[in-house]
Amino acid sequence: MTAKDALTERYQDLLSVYLKAKTETTLYKGQQFSRKLLEQQISPEDLVSLHIQVMDELFPDMTEEMRDSFDFLLEAMIGYGFAYREHQSLRDKQQQLESEIEVAASMQQTLLLSDVPEFEELDIGVVSVPAKKMNGDYYNFVKSGSSLSVAVADIIGKGIPAALCMSMIKYAMDSLPEEQMKPHLLLENLNRVVEQNVNSNMFITMFHGVYEPESHKFFYAGAGHEPGFIYEAKEDRFHDLIAKGLVLGVSRTTTYHPYERIIEVGDMVILLSDGVTECRTSKGFIEREEIVSLIRNYMDLPAQQIVQNVFQELDRLQGFELRDDFTLIILKRMV
Amino acid sequence: MDIQSCVEVRNEWDIVSARQLGRNMAKELGFGNVDQARITTAISELARNIYLYAGRGKICIEPIDQLGRKGLRIVALDNGPGIREIRKVMEDGYTTSGGLGAGLPGVKRLMDEFSIESTVDVGTEISATKWLR
Repeated sequence: MTAKDALTERYQDLLSVYLKAKTETTLYKGQQFSRKLLEQQISPEDLVSLHIQVMDELFPDMTEEMRDSFDFLLEAMIGYGFAYREHQSLRDKQQQLESEIEVAASMQQTLLLSDVPEFEELDIGVVSVPAKKMNGDYYNFVKSGSSLSVAVADIIGKGIPAALCMSMIKYAMDSLPEEQMKPHLLLENLNRVVEQNVNSNMFITMFHGVYEPESHKFFYAGAGHEPGFIYEAKEDRFHDLIAKGLVLGVSRTTTYHPYERIIEVGDMVILLSDGVTECRTSKGFIEREEIVSLIRNYMDLPAQQIVQNVFQELDRLQGFELRDDFTLIILKRMV
Repeated sequence: MDIQSCVEVRNEWDIVSARQLGRNMAKELGFGNVDQARITTAISELARNIYLYAGRGKICIEPIDQLGRKGLRIVALDNGPGIREIRKVMEDGYTTSGGLGAGLPGVKRLMDEFSIESTVDVGTEISATKWLR
């Protein structure tokens, strides 16, 4: 028996039972039957044709008008069949696209995975979570000599275009000269690359810093990036970590201001993307002070646990629906 | 019944004549109700395209027999403006006027075989086949 014959038989059974005793049970079975029809991709006009066939068998004496009316119904259903098939084909296409994006996203993950280097003096924590499948935030750690270079960038925009753009930033950074480069000079270099290669409607904000363990100096510069925080253990206070500068890609000749400060034992450098500060709850945007107080709650934990806890809290506050890519990095001087 | 029959398409009434021609032939060949309805819908769509975009053209219907396999072929011909981007019109959701809403990709799915040739400023030839099962 073919699948179609089986369906016909089942439909005939259900229909005759229903016509004899019009029970809700049979109607419920009818509803379940329709699920089976969809599973087997039976289109609406096929169902009408099935109905006609079954009615012909159940009521051989059906009036001609009744019989003809079914043919008319069949004709009228063709448009729905049209739409049904288009829907199926679009759904297939969507699945295909999604699996392609899946592949691209996992490729991006491998490309951008930055190992967190080990430092005796520093405890480092990082969390970076994309809002959609692909991440428009970028972070990078490099241990060069004894110092640590850290970068956070955010491409204005989300999704695939941002991700593509970010891959370019990664390669631009990788191709910069190996020797230690001061953050403001690195930004100037990248700015030229971005200005030349990226569409003028796309901008990138970036923060770059270098920590020198010998002098305990933190050199940094910013290109329009969301300010991070500095925690001063001595005063037990958080300050904004401000580094002024134009976003990357606006003008070829932009220069960046060099900043530096001493990091004392117990101090923390907190870097983030605007996905952190633009967390929205039902009460509106989250205030920077709220982020500070979240960090303060977990401050005594290791850096990785602090960032994870802060992320989880903010994720929960937003109903587990990130609106923007989220990156939070904490560097804590231990000794 | 071996010769192809054609209907000139110049106005909306001709679409009905083309449908009628297709339905008669489909019935004669032994197509069931559903396939008859699919074939006539495909004819409607192709004839409508001629009427809307080319102004005039013709729809030809022919029975086919390939090594005992029987079927029906619809050929839609016009000397209209042609289609610049065939790939685009074969995409779902690309319809420039109301119609049945599914356009050429819909016709392709209603039939078993489908081919289209079009030259800008020369015209378009679409042929679609349905096999008897």
